[in-house]
Amino acid sequence: MEFQIIWFILWGTLWAVYFMLDGFDFGAGILHSFLAKNDTEKRVIINTIGPVWDGNEVWLITAGGATFAAFPTTYALMFSYLYSALLIILFALIFRGVAFEFRGKVDSERWRKAWDIAIFIGSFIPALLFGVAFGNIFQGLPMDANGYHGTLFTLLNPYGLLTGVLFVLLFVVHGALWLSVKTNGDISTRASMAANSVWYILLIVAVLFLGYTRFVTNLYTNYLKNMAWFIVPVIAVLALIGIKLFASKGQYLKAFYSSCLTIVTVVFTGVIGLYPNLIPSSIDQKYSLTIFNSSSSIYTLKIMTIVALLFVPVVIAYQIWIYRIFRHKVTGENVLKDSESY
Amino acid sequence: MDALTLSRLQFAATAAFHFIFVPLTLGLSVMVAYMESLYVRTNDEMYLRMTKFWGKLFLINFTLGVVTGITMEFQFGMNWAEYSKYVGDIFGAPLAIEATVAFFLESTFIGLWIFGWNKVSKKVHALSIWLVAIATNLSALWILLANGWMQKPVGYVIRNNRAEMVDFMALVTNPYGWLKFSHTLLSGYVIAAFFVMGISAYHLLKRNKIDFFKRSFKMAAAFALFTSILLFIAGDFHAAEVAKSQPTKFAAMESLWETQKAVPYNLLLIPEPENERNAVEAVGIPKLLSFLAFHDGNAEVKGLKDFPKQDRPPVLITFLSFRGMAALGMLFMILSIISYVISKKDKLESNPTILRVMLYSIPLPYIAAQLGWLVAEVGRQPWIVYGVLRTSDAVSKAITLSQIWVSLIGFTLFYGLLGVIDIYLLTKYSKKGPDDDLSSIVKMSREV
Repeated sequence: MEFQIIWFILWGTLWAVYFMLDGFDFGAGILHSFLAKNDTEKRVIINTIGPVWDGNEVWLITAGGATFAAFPTTYALMFSYLYSALLIILFALIFRGVAFEFRGKVDSERWRKAWDIAIFIGSFIPALLFGVAFGNIFQGLPMDANGYHGTLFTLLNPYGLLTGVLFVLLFVVHGALWLSVKTNGDISTRASMAANSVWYILLIVAVLFLGYTRFVTNLYTNYLKNMAWFIVPVIAVLALIGIKLFASKGQYLKAFYSSCLTIVTVVFTGVIGLYPNLIPSSIDQKYSLTIFNSSSSIYTLKIMTIVALLFVPVVIAYQIWIYRIFRHKVTGENVLKDSESY
Repeated sequence: MDALTLSRLQFAATAAFHFIFVPLTLGLSVMVAYMESLYVRTNDEMYLRMTKFWGKLFLINFTLGVVTGITMEFQFGMNWAEYSKYVGDIFGAPLAIEATVAFFLESTFIGLWIFGWNKVSKKVHALSIWLVAIATNLSALWILLANGWMQKPVGYVIRNNRAEMVDFMALVTNPYGWLKFSHTLLSGYVIAAFFVMGISAYHLLKRNKIDFFKRSFKMAAAFALFTSILLFIAGDFHAAEVAKSQPTKFAAMESLWETQKAVPYNLLLIPEPENERNAVEAVGIPKLLSFLAFHDGNAEVKGLKDFPKQDRPPVLITFLSFRGMAALGMLFMILSIISYVISKKDKLESNPTILRVMLYSIPLPYIAAQLGWLVAEVGRQPWIVYGVLRTSDAVSKAITLSQIWVSLIGFTLFYGLLGVIDIYLLTKYSKKGPDDDLSSIVKMSREV
């Protein structure tokens, strides 16, 4: 297989894993103000993601780093074209990260309230804007030989916004399931109710998205060329239905795994449709950034492949180990007792 | 101002801010790991208290180091798209490797360290902070190998209108990168040692938890002694490498205009760049500059006039930053020796003057580190990759002036706010001193 294709698959995988992991952080962050009735419950919610959010976010750094190393031209153009959107995401992520760490550091209600807002904004905005960004990538950006012809508001088109809403809903359901598994008692019940009810809206938006995609993107072209690829979006749909089936039986861990699968297959549905483009041009196909015209040299791709093969499995192994160590439910009792919790 | 100037300002601001937190993290992680190892070995609860207290200050910093690091990675694409296109084949690799081998390790195990006190055994817990410390240092290595390549490009050819990597090992073994790494790493260790000494001095002056802070001070003083001397030696080797591979930077650091042999080092020197000379040159030590540059007192050192004007870096900033950094480096050695001797003799409490000096010295190594970056980055100008790509050719074409203004102002305000909160929290927790209540962790001693 060509190295560009290996890196395209890795590129998609990094984004998929990033959304699968940081997705429930975003969901929990969006939900924490709505689901919690008092400060202890808020702390319980924050502490369910406390030990892992930092490690989850590194998948984003690695996705960015991999784009830089493997497809430098795409990295350069994508990030300068999407400058303003990315800037807002950056501010939001910084805000969220310090909010987790700083929220519990001063004993004042106003202080904690301010950081609660930061956690909400810092979770909602990136979730929405990553969706907007991917929606626009699926459609293609208005770019030609002279560069990009658009602004921040060009990105906020109906399809981009719909993808943004889809991402937010996916992450809210994902986060709600995470919270049903990781907490018990009232919060857990409220979280499962949230997952069950938001799921219906998610379903509607997902159907709209799949239909709309047919009209404004070329994503289906690859599928029509080779019908076998339809297996991926079909799994996505089945996994989405699986969420509801498991959740209504009260099997929230299975429902959570199902939403993990949904997110990964949704990302891959887009990635397969994009191939061989990384960013299609909406003006003319010949200006599209493909994995072949924007990649690094084969030598660099080889070096990077060796590094990835050696270290990514190790990373996955120790991250799974950490998840196992923190597999127990988080309760108000142990949050209050533990001086180290957020 | 134009897009280039604004983008440079923004990069300088975000990098400088990032670099307030990272160096402390480099050194403090190692010190905290050492403290926790002592606890595991001796079971002395004092070391556990030390681990917790200094660990908390470490964490407040760590978070800001991590979140501001995300900005750094994305700025290359956002503001320096032409650079990223031109050198991404080489420069992207160390950044991606850093994320894969170091950043993951650091960010995953910091979670275990913060939340794992009652979840894993003492040994595994201590191991997790060691992994964080090792990963933090490894992170610095890959970043500085990337920076080292910008300073001294190796292992590449120009092909397909860009720089392409042909020898990865050349990048990994680039002496410039390793010297930069050693020098930067040691500066982080000195920052951490002075941080611990300064806060300990504050409490010793207040006669608060004397035993605890005496032990902390003593440990940090030993660390400072060792690292400040090594820092000075690494700095000397680094300067010699600069003289060899970046003659224009070296000439600007020393404000040397004419190429000469057996060049003296003028203790008193006032540059006059507009007339390409120095207004004052006095108190010269014969042959010292030649010796510093090439470890040979008679060697020839190139002056700035040997290079076309458009290839010379800004002299005044480079010169002043270098002098300031070097003078502070000397001061750190002296202060470290005094601190070490006094703490070794157990005379800290009877020396309030040195305690006060150490308290007010906390910012000095930070200033020295920032000056060091100015020398390294301003001194490399007008090149973004020395001799290969000019900074003016590296800036993004797709972004507008107003976008950069908004982001620059945004970053300044936002980072300013975070900086204020950080200092507030650090002061609050430093003043509060260590916790006496260890009940929530001591449980840990029963093996999990």
